[in-house]
Amino acid sequence: MEIYFDNAATTRVYDGVCQVMVEAMQSNFGNPSSLHMKGVDAERYIKNTREIIARTLKVDEKEILFTSGGTESNNMALIGGAMANQRAGKHLITTRIEHASVYNPMIWLESQGFEVTYLPVDRQGCVDPEAVSAAIRPDTILVSVMCVNNEIGTIQPLDEIGKRIKEANPNILFHVDAIQGYGKVKNLWPRKLNIDLLSVSGHKLHGPKGVGFLYVRDRAKVRPLILGGGQQKDMRSGTENVPGIAGLGEAVREVFDRLPEKIDRLYELRSDFIRQVTGIGGVQINGWQERQEGFRGPAPHIVSVSFADVRAEVLLHALEEKGIYVSSGSACSSNHPAISGTLKAIGVDKKYLDATVRFSFCYDTTKEEIHESINALEQIVPMLRRYTPGGRR
Amino acid sequence: MMFKAFLIKYGEIGLKGKNRYLFEDALMRQIRFALDGAGEFSVNKEQGRIFVDALSDYDYDEVLERLGRVFGIVAICPVVECEDNSWDSLTKVTGDYVASVYGDKPFTFKVESRRADKRYPKKSMEISADMGEYLLDRFPQATVDVHHPQVLLNIEIREKTYIYSLSVPGPGGMPVGTNGKAMLLLSGGIDSPVAGYMIAKRGVRIDAVYFHAPPYTSERAKQKVIDLARIVARYAGPIKLNIINFTDIQLAIYEKCPHDELTIIMRRYMMKIAEHIAKEDGCLGLITGESIGQVASQTMQSLAATNEVCTMPVYRPVIGFDKNDIVDISQKIGAFETSILPFEDCCTIFVAKHPVTKPNIRAIQRSEHHLDDVIDGLMETALNTREVLLCEPM
Repeated sequence: MEIYFDNAATTRVYDGVCQVMVEAMQSNFGNPSSLHMKGVDAERYIKNTREIIARTLKVDEKEILFTSGGTESNNMALIGGAMANQRAGKHLITTRIEHASVYNPMIWLESQGFEVTYLPVDRQGCVDPEAVSAAIRPDTILVSVMCVNNEIGTIQPLDEIGKRIKEANPNILFHVDAIQGYGKVKNLWPRKLNIDLLSVSGHKLHGPKGVGFLYVRDRAKVRPLILGGGQQKDMRSGTENVPGIAGLGEAVREVFDRLPEKIDRLYELRSDFIRQVTGIGGVQINGWQERQEGFRGPAPHIVSVSFADVRAEVLLHALEEKGIYVSSGSACSSNHPAISGTLKAIGVDKKYLDATVRFSFCYDTTKEEIHESINALEQIVPMLRRYTPGGRR
Repeated sequence: MMFKAFLIKYGEIGLKGKNRYLFEDALMRQIRFALDGAGEFSVNKEQGRIFVDALSDYDYDEVLERLGRVFGIVAICPVVECEDNSWDSLTKVTGDYVASVYGDKPFTFKVESRRADKRYPKKSMEISADMGEYLLDRFPQATVDVHHPQVLLNIEIREKTYIYSLSVPGPGGMPVGTNGKAMLLLSGGIDSPVAGYMIAKRGVRIDAVYFHAPPYTSERAKQKVIDLARIVARYAGPIKLNIINFTDIQLAIYEKCPHDELTIIMRRYMMKIAEHIAKEDGCLGLITGESIGQVASQTMQSLAATNEVCTMPVYRPVIGFDKNDIVDISQKIGAFETSILPFEDCCTIFVAKHPVTKPNIRAIQRSEHHLDDVIDGLMETALNTREVLLCEPM
């Protein structure tokens, strides 16, 4: 048996997505820029995906820009946004718990003469909207706040933050990294939330890797990063990844089909899991435990658990032996020597930093799988605690 | 392509009397193996030299790089062929070759000729003298120096004529397969691949054993060791890698023995298991990457304690090397980048804060008695459940 609880790292591609991609690669393989019928057929996929996505966000389909994925979307929003608006100022605001694909472009922008304010978060991993207001200066041009934190799943108060930004200065761009949030948070509608730029990745929602999109509000000024043949209205050159975009559209369609019900169900599974995992003892849940209303609380699919006296990597491999796949900290940063940024930022005790495992579910996760994984943890955790490396206690 | 063949020079193996053909055959086999996939070549032995003739197009740099990994080769001479043995075409081809390699820079030279085909109208002395004259005419900047020439131009007349003057150093050593087989204890570190390389260079075929400890070590750590074996295999030929699941033995030691002796006791059992497989597979010794004093388990006392469990010779080719020297070789053989990938190996996980540095063998033996009722079963299971992989050159 295989239980895949690493859906915040990536997800299984839906069958329907594979089908439409094969079709786009083998039958309608044309170049969307070609004038003939093959090109037109290919272009249809792009238009179709645009429509699907635009409906989910309640935005205009012209505002959707396809990219190679979440990282490119974030790079384009931040670097493209900062470069295009630098005459209005060179001050940017973000948080201390952003993903590396936000954090590293920010560092690069600092080297280009921009100034960045990194806002702290509370114990739950939440940014205080007041702090955003307080950080805004006359030369602030862009604020970037993630929708859902990838390590502990905290939802940020985007509604409050958006409101305050626009009250302070309607010209400030509000960017949201929604790579973990899109399809997991209800009512994620950029116009209502005053969001100008929103990043999404395909492979986090059962689509293929190598494709994603950036929502760019019609009047938001962004400079393109990739220059060439002028595709996507000069904003992102390069022959469109037609199979990827086709697959992304199908994935979004399926994910958003009766989404509110799916989200409610995931929250129930999450509560079940937390109730049972805390029963093991010596366990700490990082971030929110209980679901909250609105843009507050935990995402439905992520649980960050610290196990006292257990090395996360060893626990991960022990679970793997039983066919259960999880992640230590955040999958994207696990290869870096620096220990989890988010966990540190929310003040997790030092001894827990290296003892933290992330379980992340998908819409198909079952009660049985939750139960099975708890059984495994109940066996493994005491066994590992018996052999705590580094000396007997 | 200018060079149609390579003349392979080998030194040490020329000294081996009646066994010489065994060494030459092994060298030819290793050359064929090294060139597999680089084009079509025929490898032949002629009068105490090995010729590699290119039968298809090939990439010169790639071939030199591949030949540079064949132990036993002292030097590689890229050879120009002249199909037509008439004196006119021979002088023209030779002259063009000299022009393309040495251009119009001044150089001193000497011509040395051999006439395998004795029907050829000129004797070798005449060939040398006449060719020298021709070259002096054509290259006014060149002068003859018979004692210390910068360019030693060789001309060999067979059915075709071979012309060569360049000589690229090979790795030396002896062809793999001429000196039996040994079992390398391969960890994921820097030292053990270097040790394997050095022993392979003496003509020894390599088998290897790796101890992994899931879930304390990851699949990636294992993959890293496989990759290292494949890097060593570029020199040593395909390596049979035995992967031993060491977790239960390690946990038993952890539970029953003093913690400051963990590493020594663990290493003793590793040596025992390695020796067991080595004997089964016809190896004549063990190879480790130990170097005196590098870590607590490699002090003289610790080495004596680990050595004590083996009856086979244990070869430790880097025993007197500083880390820097080992790193240099590791980089030279292309293993370093892989060796420093940050995955835990089983030695680094169960390490006591203050391990013994001067273990007393009798004390260690006493500690090991705590394992008496379980260790035979655990060893047997470890041996029976081992995974065996053939690691082809990367």
